[in-house]
Amino acid sequence: MTQVNAETSQAIWDRARRYQSVLVGQGALITDADVLQPADTLLDLYGEDIRARTFTTQDPLRGEQMLRPDFTVPIVQQHMAFGAEPARYTYLGKVFRKQESDESRPTEFVQVGFEVFDGKDVAAADAEVFATFAGILAGVPVTPMTGDIGILRAAVIGLKTTERRRAALMRHLWRPRRFKALLDRFGAITPTPAARTTLLADPDPMATLPAVLGLRSKSEIALRIDALRADAAVDPISSFERDLLDALLKVRETAPNALASLRDISVDLPSISAAIDGLSRRLDALANRGIDVDALPFETSYGRTSMEYYDGFVFGFSSNAGLNIPPVATGGRYDALTVVLGNGTGVPAVGGVIRPDLVAFVEAAQ
Amino acid sequence: MTLKLGIPSKGRLMEKTFDWFATRGVTLRKSGSEREYAGAVDGIDGIELVLLSAGEVPRELDAGRIQLGVTGSDLVREKLSSWDQRVVEVAKMGFGGADLVIAVPQAWIDVDSLDDLDAVAAAFRAHHGFRLRIATKYHRLVREFMREHGVADYQLVDSQGATEGTIRNETAEAVADITSTGETLRANGLKILGDGMIHASQATLFRARRRDWTQSQRDTLKALEAKLTS
Repeated sequence: MTQVNAETSQAIWDRARRYQSVLVGQGALITDADVLQPADTLLDLYGEDIRARTFTTQDPLRGEQMLRPDFTVPIVQQHMAFGAEPARYTYLGKVFRKQESDESRPTEFVQVGFEVFDGKDVAAADAEVFATFAGILAGVPVTPMTGDIGILRAAVIGLKTTERRRAALMRHLWRPRRFKALLDRFGAITPTPAARTTLLADPDPMATLPAVLGLRSKSEIALRIDALRADAAVDPISSFERDLLDALLKVRETAPNALASLRDISVDLPSISAAIDGLSRRLDALANRGIDVDALPFETSYGRTSMEYYDGFVFGFSSNAGLNIPPVATGGRYDALTVVLGNGTGVPAVGGVIRPDLVAFVEAAQ
Repeated sequence: MTLKLGIPSKGRLMEKTFDWFATRGVTLRKSGSEREYAGAVDGIDGIELVLLSAGEVPRELDAGRIQLGVTGSDLVREKLSSWDQRVVEVAKMGFGGADLVIAVPQAWIDVDSLDDLDAVAAAFRAHHGFRLRIATKYHRLVREFMREHGVADYQLVDSQGATEGTIRNETAEAVADITSTGETLRANGLKILGDGMIHASQATLFRARRRDWTQSQRDTLKALEAKLTS
């Protein structure tokens, strides 16, 4: 089934305004963001990949501009520049996405968003955002999924290896293929290529260096060779630890069972204990808000490929009917993004978005 | 309705295309003077020859203004998103071979693979404050390749020619370029990454989607395919 307009544009905007009035009722301030966003900021955050899903245009004075692919980045920038905690914001408007492979998906659609900057009680803020969207979606045939990128982060931080290796893994947390390749290399599963062995066997490879071209200097090359030498001398990440990471990423159960499984893993991987305590507090906070936690699905690796800037709690609500559409609402915690956009000073932040067009579609297909 | 066959309008690619069709019993030739971009087809009915730039063939096929076209498989992949849903490969023609590869300076003795390139990109960004630049004109192909292999912290800078020179000019740190023997890359002090082969291109006969084709066009395609495979 391909996605068609289940409602008129007028009805979708009406629906969006109804959702926003719920958020305003929660104390959220109505805000907005420019449609044209400077491309630099987005490219520096997401890398070249964003060009595949974002419309780019050119301003003669401001240079490359992108049609906003989401509101979160400009809303965080505004908050970091002018806001004070605690703050709750809501916005409503079109976002724009190139569709490179599926012509049935729209290139622009209405989003209603909710962003909470409140560090007083992180678990309560997570639960507030989730429960608010669950409330808006009451009666709609969708199923929630939850996850927590913070658990994998904590596991990587706790690995018994060098800071350099931990940083390399952390950098690719959202790219599972490269993450696995790194882990295999650091675990000495992947054999060292012959060229690398030859290079490291040479006592002074810099002596026979071909002419250096370009901006990457001789000293940068020498530094990396030193780093490679140091890394070659490091013990591999043990199969014990790699198996624990695997087990961690495979956890996919109802929340209470997932919590129990993760507690079992944390006996051997104590670095994740604090993150699991956080999950436990979040489940309590969700229960306090009337969420049926016993039936709530949890998956450790949820959001790892599609939700790049989230680094803690993540959630989504997907159609039950196996319709070939994205989740109707998604969200999560993005403390690290506020650090990047706030030039080093961050604030605890959690938020989510809902797409009225997809909710209408799911209801019509019921 | 005839089937329009678009082929490159000049040079070796045109001549090799003429030869390729001739050995299969279809004679293509330029009509009128050497400078005129009009052509004629003998040996099969219902096909009209259109001479155009190889770079325009993908777009014209996609728009349905030509139904058959000869061009490099790299150009189709670069210019059409989800190319395999938009055009169909009728025959690989066995000439015009060139590889799209990632190359870095030979002095980067610490870089042999994408894994290394990715690590260097991270260090480069930390040191210089911007993402490592890769010069190319194949933006889509390179971006998709890098995404598939999980390489981060790079940026693509556009280079429509003399791409090998961008590193010396300090407008890029690496290149993704077409090469047949690697000779030009080596002469410019560059080397190809071991796993840096993005696409092995060759001249290919493509056809457009048949959605709006008439019965006579379908019959002509069948007759052509019979000749090509006999």
